[in-house]
Amino acid sequence: MKKELKFVVNGESYDLWVEPNTLLVQVLRDELGLKGTKWSCDSGSCCACAVILDGRVVKSCSIFALQANGKEVLTIEGLANGPELHPIQQAFIDNWAFQCGFCTSGQIMAAKALLDENPKPTREEIQLAMDGHLCRCTGYNMISEAIQDAAKRLQA
Amino acid sequence: MNEYSIIGKPTTNVDGVAKVTGEAVYTFDMTLPNMLHGKLLRSPHPHARIVSIDTSEAEKLPGVKAVITGKDTPGGKYGLWRRFRELADQEILATTKVRFIGDPVAAVAATSEDIAEKALDLINVEYEPLPAVFEPLEAIKDDAPLVHDDFENNINATRHIEWGNVDKAFKNADYVREDRFNLLSQHPAPMEVHSSIASYEKGSGRLTVWSSTQSPYFLQLGLADALKMREGNIRVIKPHVGGAFGGKNSTMPDSVNAAILSMKTGRPVKIVFNREEEFSATEKRTAMHLAIKIGLKKDGTLLAKEVKIITDGGAYTGLGATTLYLAGTWITFPYKTPNYRYDGFRTYTNKMWSSSVRGFGAVSAVYAAETQIDRAARDLGIDPIEIRRRNAMTTGYEAPGQYKVESCGILPCIDKMEQRVKEKWANLDKDEGIGFAAFAYMSGGIFNWIDTPYAFSGAMVKVNIDGTVDLFTQASDIGQGHNTVSVMICAEELGIGIEDIRLHPADTATTLTDLGAWGSRETLMNGNAVKAAAAEVKKKLIEVARMKLGENIVYDLDAKDKRIYIALRPERGFSYYDIVKDAIKGNDGEPLIGIGHYTPHRKGMVSPAYAMGIMGVRAKVDRETGQVEVKEVIVVHDCGQTINPLGARGQVEGSIQMGLGFGLCEDLPTENGLILNPSFVDYKLIRIREMPQIELFDVPTYDPEGPYGAKESAEATTAPTAPALANAIYNAVGVEFDSNVLRLEKVLKALKEKEAKEKGKGRR
Repeated sequence: MKKELKFVVNGESYDLWVEPNTLLVQVLRDELGLKGTKWSCDSGSCCACAVILDGRVVKSCSIFALQANGKEVLTIEGLANGPELHPIQQAFIDNWAFQCGFCTSGQIMAAKALLDENPKPTREEIQLAMDGHLCRCTGYNMISEAIQDAAKRLQA
Repeated sequence: MNEYSIIGKPTTNVDGVAKVTGEAVYTFDMTLPNMLHGKLLRSPHPHARIVSIDTSEAEKLPGVKAVITGKDTPGGKYGLWRRFRELADQEILATTKVRFIGDPVAAVAATSEDIAEKALDLINVEYEPLPAVFEPLEAIKDDAPLVHDDFENNINATRHIEWGNVDKAFKNADYVREDRFNLLSQHPAPMEVHSSIASYEKGSGRLTVWSSTQSPYFLQLGLADALKMREGNIRVIKPHVGGAFGGKNSTMPDSVNAAILSMKTGRPVKIVFNREEEFSATEKRTAMHLAIKIGLKKDGTLLAKEVKIITDGGAYTGLGATTLYLAGTWITFPYKTPNYRYDGFRTYTNKMWSSSVRGFGAVSAVYAAETQIDRAARDLGIDPIEIRRRNAMTTGYEAPGQYKVESCGILPCIDKMEQRVKEKWANLDKDEGIGFAAFAYMSGGIFNWIDTPYAFSGAMVKVNIDGTVDLFTQASDIGQGHNTVSVMICAEELGIGIEDIRLHPADTATTLTDLGAWGSRETLMNGNAVKAAAAEVKKKLIEVARMKLGENIVYDLDAKDKRIYIALRPERGFSYYDIVKDAIKGNDGEPLIGIGHYTPHRKGMVSPAYAMGIMGVRAKVDRETGQVEVKEVIVVHDCGQTINPLGARGQVEGSIQMGLGFGLCEDLPTENGLILNPSFVDYKLIRIREMPQIELFDVPTYDPEGPYGAKESAEATTAPTAPALANAIYNAVGVEFDSNVLRLEKVLKALKEKEAKEKGKGRR
């Protein structure tokens, strides 16, 4: 039986009715049309679906939509300020920190959560925070460099 | 040296904003109005005769709009090796028998994925299991079950390559050794699974397919063959693709079944594989048994090489026959091999078929050759870098009847590596070692098994009245960054900015044919086509400028920095934008269009140009656990004139990541044909914490065949990674391997065996 889900996504309030077994990623992608959040592995093991829930990064494929009830979700679509990119997004572009782009939304959301908590992470801290975010294209080093670059931009 | 405005300058991705904001649309993300969802029913048996299929219960399920089996397909077979019809061996849905666990037998279209999934459970297939064969060495035996009735001893394809006098050369060699290897498979594992949407237009009988393909043209031809349609009635559009790595060349059951279901229902149909299907029923790297024999002079000069390979082909051909040829080719690179003999066999087995994966044919072959040459160097007392230098190819080197190397930067690459190693790696920690592997790779293949009458790549440039440019090409950006390369080349040639150009890529209805993104072909082949298209427009603009200047033809004109001017008198010229207006207005409004195409001619059998280089790996082995830690990688490569250093570095980094996976942790173990690890939980990719820092050096050459002298940089470094690592492990702890995937248990076992052997010696 459907239950009510009231939550805020990217600053917008939503009031929906969803089945209890509906995953957060399904609501974001299929109900709200926010397809920037990807879904890749079917096993909670790649983090392509990562979003920020009340300030913490979560795998949106591994929690039920109803667990977001009363909470605030930030997805990749909510990161830029209108036409102005977030410094992390710009740093990903400038450092060629993505190739196919399919894991990129998850990587950027995790980077955001990391830098909110730790504005000056070391390379090791970045690797620890980003571990589990699978990327098949980049070899990760350029992602680490982009996050360090973003940290500098956010300090400035 | 030319001074370029754009070529060779680090340039951010033209799709960058779309990809960092979530706006980039992948086939996986798309929905069309009134769209249905399709699912495939796959065989649970590795080899079985289909006795009967009953779909009546599934058809009754509310929400199910169509159920199809083999009898609903046009029949016949299709495949990428179209020129050799017997190798076109795939069926849309199996009609008489299934040949691997995952072979599709039926497909459903329903109003939701859940309903389609439920309908699959209601289809009743009666199978008569047949004896199956899983190992290539078993498959070739006379009493082995036949995977395809027409192929004796399950031999799907053979290749023989020979030059020189191999037997005589071995007799003259001071040192001969033979090594045998068992190279394991690897899955491309792209982040976006195979996804397709097919929409059939009832009135016209035309079909549009959106697909996560790496070659829209291959898919167009595959669909035309499978569906028995005119290829011009099929339009393939490639949206953004979430990685492919060689696994998205073949026409797979997603697109072709979506097409038939769309024809049946009159509605668009989307088929997306789940991750388990992706791992267990899409194309993977070719596993092989390999024997390699070399004969050398005392000073390390290579005299002869003899290679035998038998590959585990799986149930169908895909691009596996090409892998067989390329493995026998790459195993000779980048060394002068005066006498060479190769015999390769590809076998059919009852498993998912193997095909092309990044480093197409090179990764397994180079693993064997580059670990073996180290063993020979040790026996002969020659430094591993030195033995590579002594045998390295030089400019103009030719393998008779096979290939010719025009530009060749391997020697300066080796010199640079030696210098860096002295600077950085003179002092190693305990149980640390360093190892090397040299490499070469094609800048696109000169192969036409697809049987195309078209040029290998085409492009069209349309200049608008305001100077903006629409660039149309079918080249496929699958993440490697080719869209950026196309735009950079067009901008350089016309002397305008990146921002002046809008790219319209990869749509078979609106762009000129390109064979797709495989074999590292886009930079050279499509780059040449784009450059030629832009050059045609440039010529027209220069004519107009010349008329305006009233100068004689002896004065050369350049187009650069948005101006067209006399080369020796740059102050004498005009704005590009004014010349465009004059060109269009002054010519009865005739559209300002340039068309370019490229096909290699007289470039041998393999490729028009070869990237080259050498890789060094520093690694540490934990003797207690067998765990290998890759500390650092140095790469020195010659990719000709780099077009985009940012993108090229990304390709090298990604290649090394995949090469490390091949060397350390990625494989696809099977039991009776069943893949045991079809998820990212059990199939281990290299993760961020396992990735070493990489130092990359360019040793540029100018290849006369490449656009601005460019060669490939997308795949070459996949191949040397694992053998350089294996050589580093030997250097650290003195154990060697006849296989890849050097997990800790394998390394620990080798260490224990070595220890036991040494103790035994001590006692005697």
